[in-house]
Amino acid sequence: MTAFALVLAGAKAPPTYQRVAVIAIAVLVLVVAVELVRRRRLLERYALLWLIAAAGLFLLGVWQGLLTTLATDVGVRSAPNALFALGFVFVVGLLLSVTLVISRLTEQNKQLAQRLALLDDRLAELERERAGR
Amino acid sequence: MSRHLAIVPALNEAGSIAQIVTEIRRHAAGFDVLVVDDGSVDNTAAVAAAAGARVLRMPFNVGIGGAVQCGYLYARDNGYTVAVQVDGDGQHDPRDIPRLLAALEEEPGVEMATGSRFVGEQGGYRPSPPRRIGMRLFAGLVSLITGQKLTDATSGFRMSARRGIELFARDYPPDYPEVEAILLLHAHRLRVREVAVEMRPRTSGRSTIARGVQVYYMAKVLLAVLVGLLRRRPTADGDRS
Repeated sequence: MTAFALVLAGAKAPPTYQRVAVIAIAVLVLVVAVELVRRRRLLERYALLWLIAAAGLFLLGVWQGLLTTLATDVGVRSAPNALFALGFVFVVGLLLSVTLVISRLTEQNKQLAQRLALLDDRLAELERERAGR
Repeated sequence: MSRHLAIVPALNEAGSIAQIVTEIRRHAAGFDVLVVDDGSVDNTAAVAAAAGARVLRMPFNVGIGGAVQCGYLYARDNGYTVAVQVDGDGQHDPRDIPRLLAALEEEPGVEMATGSRFVGEQGGYRPSPPRRIGMRLFAGLVSLITGQKLTDATSGFRMSARRGIELFARDYPPDYPEVEAILLLHAHRLRVREVAVEMRPRTSGRSTIARGVQVYYMAKVLLAVLVGLLRRRPTADGDRS
């Protein structure tokens, strides 16, 4: 019955249950991100990205026709395709930022290991000198 | 006062490290021996120390580039004027060290002397065909970029003077560093000279470049070389931190 009503309503506006699902997912992302920050498992700096993603998703769910308007503006005929493209860009951007972070950490990690090895050696040297005195 | 240091990176080489340390002390008497133990799980460090080497112990495995760079940091901080890298697996013959030193000192402007496996008559060194192609490719590429004929760009047996030490202490490729190190020197307008050496079959351990990662090795070094061309390097005298 509901499905029939939707068909009658035409394809213009996304079906209500879909919008509810999108809003639910947005809220879920928000809750998970906040909870991870609360448990100190995720730094605020990185949580921000997820909060922005949740906000964007929420906006798309609430604001009827936003996605369709955006899609037609950039010449994409089907709104779901525009959504996929948007999501894909977001994920790729996230991956890039993650590899940047890993690269920086790797470099810092190496420098720390080197300093530690050198200090270790100096400490042993000093202890030898002290013992020999 | 010139001080000379032999940097020996070692990973699980307890079986051969003592012999190398002893050989360096015998054949290159003017060199202090520094073994950089890159997170070995055997007693490499203890064996090396017992043989008379100074030992730096990395807290965990940081990879060959990071370990060797740690050696250069040590050389820089302790005022060494010449540093030579000798592999811990027995491939490099310490008897060649005095010849590398002569090459470094007899010609002004030469900042690094490398032991080449392909200068002069062919010795016993016979790499597998894919490895041979890779070595040729990199030697050609490096010759092209530096405008200087080099026969062996992938040799890890290398000796550098003070400016090279300072340069490598500050900036050294994290893995498979041989090719990039030459280009790094070139970017700082420092010259490299090759000396004919023979490599011995390794006495222990395995090549860090296993069969499966040869393709990765090629791709990584190529990428590093090509991107390196786009990068503006400071000169060795300039500051950067």
